[in-house]
Amino acid sequence: MASQKATEELNEPASKVELKSEAGGADAIPTYDITLQVRRYSPEISEEAHWDEFKLTMFGTDRVLDALHKVKWEIDGSLSFRRSCAHGICGSDAMRINGRNRLACKTLLKDLDLTKPITVEAIKGLPCEKDLIVDMEPFFQAYREVMPFLMNDGHEPERERYQSVEDRERFDDTTKCILCAACTSSCPVFWTDGQYFGPAAIVNAHRFIFDSRDDAGDMRLEILNDKEGVWRCRTTFNCTEACPRGIQITKAIAEVKQAIIARSL
Amino acid sequence: MQVHKYDVVIIGAGGAGMRAAIESGQRARTAVLTKLYPTRSHTGAAQGGMCAALANVEEDNWEWHTFDTVKGGDYLVDQDAAEVMAKEAIDAVLDLEKMGLPFNRTPEGRIDQRRFGGHTRDHGKAPVRRACYAADRTGHMILQTLYQNCVKHNVEFFNEYYVLDLIMVEDEDGKKRPAGVVSYDLATGDVHVFQAKSIVFASGGCGKIFKTTSNAHTLTGDGMAIALRNGIPLEDMEFVQFHPTGLAGLGILVSEAARGEGGILRNSEGERFMERYAPTIKDLAPRDIVARSMANEVREGRGCGPNKDYVLLDLTHLEPAHIDAKLPDITEFARTYLGVEPYTEPVPVFPTAHYAMGGIPTNIEAEVYANSEETIPGLYAAGEVACVSVHGSNRLGTNSLLDINVFGKRAGISAAEYAQTADFLPIPEDAANRTLELLGMLRDGTGTEKVGAIRKELQDVMDTDMQVFRTADTIKNALNVIANLEERYKNISVQDKGKRFNLDLLEAVELGFLLELAKVMSVAALHRQESRGGHFREDFPNRDDEKFMKHSMVYLDPEAETESIAGLRFDTKPVIFTRYEPMERKY
Ligand SMILES: Cc1cc2nc3c(=O)[nH]c(=O)nc-3n(C[C@H](O)[C@H](O)[C@H](O)COP(=O)(O)OP(=O)(O)OC[C@H]3O[C@@H](n4cnc5c(N)ncnc54)[C@H](O)[C@@H]3O)c2cc1C
Ligand code: SF4
Ligand code: FES
Repeated sequence: MASQKATEELNEPASKVELKSEAGGADAIPTYDITLQVRRYSPEISEEAHWDEFKLTMFGTDRVLDALHKVKWEIDGSLSFRRSCAHGICGSDAMRINGRNRLACKTLLKDLDLTKPITVEAIKGLPCEKDLIVDMEPFFQAYREVMPFLMNDGHEPERERYQSVEDRERFDDTTKCILCAACTSSCPVFWTDGQYFGPAAIVNAHRFIFDSRDDAGDMRLEILNDKEGVWRCRTTFNCTEACPRGIQITKAIAEVKQAIIARSL
Repeated sequence: MQVHKYDVVIIGAGGAGMRAAIESGQRARTAVLTKLYPTRSHTGAAQGGMCAALANVEEDNWEWHTFDTVKGGDYLVDQDAAEVMAKEAIDAVLDLEKMGLPFNRTPEGRIDQRRFGGHTRDHGKAPVRRACYAADRTGHMILQTLYQNCVKHNVEFFNEYYVLDLIMVEDEDGKKRPAGVVSYDLATGDVHVFQAKSIVFASGGCGKIFKTTSNAHTLTGDGMAIALRNGIPLEDMEFVQFHPTGLAGLGILVSEAARGEGGILRNSEGERFMERYAPTIKDLAPRDIVARSMANEVREGRGCGPNKDYVLLDLTHLEPAHIDAKLPDITEFARTYLGVEPYTEPVPVFPTAHYAMGGIPTNIEAEVYANSEETIPGLYAAGEVACVSVHGSNRLGTNSLLDINVFGKRAGISAAEYAQTADFLPIPEDAANRTLELLGMLRDGTGTEKVGAIRKELQDVMDTDMQVFRTADTIKNALNVIANLEERYKNISVQDKGKRFNLDLLEAVELGFLLELAKVMSVAALHRQESRGGHFREDFPNRDDEKFMKHSMVYLDPEAETESIAGLRFDTKPVIFTRYEPMERKY
């Protein structure tokens, strides 16, 4: 807050400034030729999945989602994938791109090795329904099981509940989750044991366990102390690497583990 | 075909739909039908904030908020609705806090507030801190919090169910009443009918009519078009808000919070040009004014970049720590998508189609109007799909997240209360026929036209001819192009012939909605020979209260013709005044 005042007072912007000649940059945007390999699966046609290859000319600013759209809109309308916001906030389009889980709308083509084909397939560990679309129900089921909502026993205040800036900061990281499943579906434990809650559910439990306004932390810790709970995590960090929101998932899981231990002491 | 029976059916699970569901679900048997998983809704994209005169950080009150809303909307606002919204804003924010929303806090631990364009102290004296926020993820937090509370209250969702039609039947008096909806299950391709006593439209906006937009791919105006096809008028469709700061070329939004926190706009000469257009509040002038000023700078040759087609948003005088604390997500967008480092470089921006002020007309109880006087019992709308009208001709920033909460809640309560007293109306045998025919026509068609190509041409022409500057000529050109595209649409075919997850087919349906709405929007724009709020006619640059201080209402009507467009009927609805006389809107 103090810094806000300071910024306002000290830095009243100038009416006119010299712009560097390249300000706002952007020379003409270069184009690239790329090869996109997509794992196709359509049980109405065949129980066998196969790979399709598309050669496309794309712009340097394009994302993998733009390449998928180009295929869908100009070449093969049956290519199926979910997407909505197109800028990394709705969580619709987690997929395996070159073997790593990411959001197609946040993965710029120019950041990939374009000398090789780009491979795109559905995320693993959830049943594939068609092409890049998986059944999200098991994922949301695990989420619901950690009781992802504020529970407060106290009487309702007339105005807002107070919360200090520090207390609010305590769980900021895990509020960023967009439920895209990139983490859970990159977790080797989840691949072999679909009963495991998975990192996303733990992230969303963490968001409430460390919220000073919530009174149900013990109940959630109890749930996560289950045999399919946090102890299954083997700290492989796949989840943290996969998270498009940059959430420190492994750290959040470790904090939940510590809270369980602290509670039983 | 499967038939389901619920007291209340809510169409859409964004902020408005889920806020309605929380109320309705506790009072009546409620189903929420949504084409997206609830947490994928575009409410999650909202960044800057939700306003309420909490007066947590400085003096404020709901009357000032009402005034700003009315003035911001260039007096086309229904003042009774604006009053309700500004009054109930305070509880709307407190409700969300109690549900768990992690607002940013003041040093005392109260909900923090910040400035936003058009929100002022004491009728325009100075900017006021009225926007409650959670970093620059306010919409994300609202969407998550509402979903969490829906989980808590066991709200029944039908995810990835596309509503494609409304079932209207005649009652004893020969009046049209809603009996249910027809929906399409994406996973199986099956058509399901939902019979209901009350139906709530909460299906969001229609930004995809334009090419450059901050809206999601899925915002195709379905609810508006479905209402229109069922004889319901659409109100004030000519008013679209073009947000000043879309990332150049992409349309991705950089929230007004960037300017609220001190960011400023510069042209190619490095000049802070808003000082010329709005000397008092400069960069925080209402969006329509800023957007036109930017477009004007570009037109007059002071644009930046290789094609001189954008201006710059300068944050470089702010401390990086401040930027990180208050604007983390949107500065990351600039880095990811444009490769620009906002700490040290100004960000290329240009106006982007952002918000539909118009929509399905409702009163303050969220009841849908059948015409300029009567409402339809059992039919409700809230959120961006609706027009109450609290935004008039131009919405103030942070007033939409507020709108969805206040009127979402009202819609949920109204719908449930009506359902408690009403009976189910019988579903006619042929209720789903129109939908089945449409789907059959699109799926089995052997035409040569492609969805992607038609949609692109539509979006291109709307960007060129119906954006921040309009004239009779540009609008007529848009209408000609749309007429031609509508013809071509009849000759469309989709490649995916399957039943499972056939998004190819649904994109074709959505394109039909877009074309219809673009036509309505353009006709209303042609009719309004004045400039007001988001609608700027270069051939009629002034506001004309004498002729146009009224809402436009466009109906689909095969027998009618308006502005030489067959099949549309034009009418008007009076603006509701309570306490503010129209004044010139100066900042
Ligand atoms: C980038 C961005 C930033 C914004 N920032 C702010 C801000 O800071 N402050 C502010 O006040 N406003 C802001 N707005 C505006 C505000 O976010 C939206 O107007 C508001 O969230 C709309 O909410 P909604 O519930 O009406 O619709 P949405 O959240 O769009 O939800 C629509 C719902 O309808 C469903 N649906 C649509 N069609 C169908 C169908 N045919 N069948 C079934 N379901 C359907 C969808 O699945 C979805 O669940 C912003 C908007 C954008 C785009
Ligand atoms: S924690 Fe990250 S990767 Fe996991 S679901 Fe949430 S946003 Fe996606
Ligand atoms: S499309 Fe929304 S996250 Fe990628």
